[in-house]
Amino acid sequence: MFDLRALYQEVIIDHNRHPRNCRRLDSADRIAEGYNPLCGDRLTVYVKLHEGVVEDVSFEGSGCAISVASASLMTEHIKGKTAHEVDQLFARFRSMVTDAMPTEAALGKLEVLAGVREFPARVKCATLAWHTLKSALSNEHSTVTTE
Amino acid sequence: MSAPSYSISAMKDADHGSELAARRQDFPILERRVRGRPLVYLDNAATTQKPHAVIEAIARYYRECNSNIHRGVHTLSQEATERFEEARVKVQRFIHAAHSHEIIFVRGTTEAINLVAQSYGRPQLKPKDEILITAMEHHSNIVPWQLLCEQTGAVLKAVPINDAGELLLDEYLRLLGSRTRLLALTHVSNALGTINPIREIIGHAHAHGVPVLIDGAQAVAHMPVDVQALDCDFYAFSSHKLFGPTGIGVLYGKTALLEAMPPYQGGGDMIKSVTLTKTQFNDLPYKFEAGTPHIAGAIGLGAALDYVQEIGFEPIGRHEHELLRYASERVASLPGARIIGTAREKASVLSFVLDGIHPHDLGTVLDCQGIAIRTGHHCAMPVMERFHVPATARASFAFYNTPGEADRLCEALRDAQRMLG
Repeated sequence: MFDLRALYQEVIIDHNRHPRNCRRLDSADRIAEGYNPLCGDRLTVYVKLHEGVVEDVSFEGSGCAISVASASLMTEHIKGKTAHEVDQLFARFRSMVTDAMPTEAALGKLEVLAGVREFPARVKCATLAWHTLKSALSNEHSTVTTE
Repeated sequence: MSAPSYSISAMKDADHGSELAARRQDFPILERRVRGRPLVYLDNAATTQKPHAVIEAIARYYRECNSNIHRGVHTLSQEATERFEEARVKVQRFIHAAHSHEIIFVRGTTEAINLVAQSYGRPQLKPKDEILITAMEHHSNIVPWQLLCEQTGAVLKAVPINDAGELLLDEYLRLLGSRTRLLALTHVSNALGTINPIREIIGHAHAHGVPVLIDGAQAVAHMPVDVQALDCDFYAFSSHKLFGPTGIGVLYGKTALLEAMPPYQGGGDMIKSVTLTKTQFNDLPYKFEAGTPHIAGAIGLGAALDYVQEIGFEPIGRHEHELLRYASERVASLPGARIIGTAREKASVLSFVLDGIHPHDLGTVLDCQGIAIRTGHHCAMPVMERFHVPATARASFAFYNTPGEADRLCEALRDAQRMLG
């Protein structure tokens, strides 16, 4: 099948079937909701910050395999990072899934989502969790949407 | 359970079976390959493909007589005007309207509904008046009425549907009250495929003195429409879902209603006649056609109507009915499949979900095999809510689709299940 395995890599399928950190975080001090009106994907990201560092992070919601796997991988990746580091990660992640000539990603496991670049209609699925996380960290209380 | 079968032999034996198969060649885009595979186009409820006859009619207009209409006395303008007005008469005959001036060219179904809301509804609606719609409407038959309600203080009510996606007629009769000023409902549901019994529904509304607007966007490519037999007050449809170009559509309205309505938009053309010798401010249909219209679009629509009528709705309906039945049985036999919309009377729409796989992932897997379906809420979010799904996958058929394409759809769905399930 044309390029399909490049998108739906085993890691992505695994994270979709068994999403990590997929729960409500009662101790969260930052919460934001994300919505992708095109897909109907909805998720809530919970963050617990300690001295500017992400001490814990989780998400809840429903969506396609790309958005769930991306949220799951994101929560694994950003624990222990500062808000500034999260910003930099998101910039590199976004470049990886949107730019024709992405800058060196150096994103470790998140690079399994690089295949999204070949599917422009699915970029919003991959970035929904990140947009929501960013909203949570900047303490905006509104729901973010990808539209 | 026996495997679903498509009565191919019956189709081949039928007078028009082989003719329909040959008609596929009329559509150049159907020869395309997508991602290395022959295109399987199953998104006809979103828009249909265009036959050579339509593409040529549009090109011929631009090549031979491109000009503005209803204005000049020069030859090109007269020719363009003739072709444009000829298209109006073709539409009149197609939906069996009494007069060609009852055919208003608009951009599409959406603009037609907005026109009725703003021109018919807004001047006369009062606070607490009621507009009745249904729970299976496309957003374009919900939002214009919500805007109108905000403007006038009127109240929007919706007839609920059952688990099969059929209107609850008892509830309809209960909601049809002394305050109801207009009923607006779809002929065929875009998300569920339900064909509504509009003749009966219109009869009840008229018994209460309530005029009826029918959203015919999903009906006109699949079944004959006779606005006089239906006795509907307004009927709206788009050209592009009927093998014609985008950007052009039709509002049919009864003369008496249209004459009483003020213009929807102001502009030059709405007050000028083709001869320029007298002012025709209030004449139908021009008072609703401000500005230069989509001339090529109307001509293309006229060609599409010629084309589809030459084939005839009898063979089209028979083939699509059989194809929908076959595809529905095959999809339903997949593990974890749930068909959304199982009305007794359905047309050409197969909406479904597969357990554990989001419709958008299905859409991508299918696209990689050259199969185009629609995934999402289909601009019918209240329907999605009613069936407790965020989205569905929707395969929608036209007469040029084949049982072999339904097979490829189901094979690709099985691939998706193996990969993602």
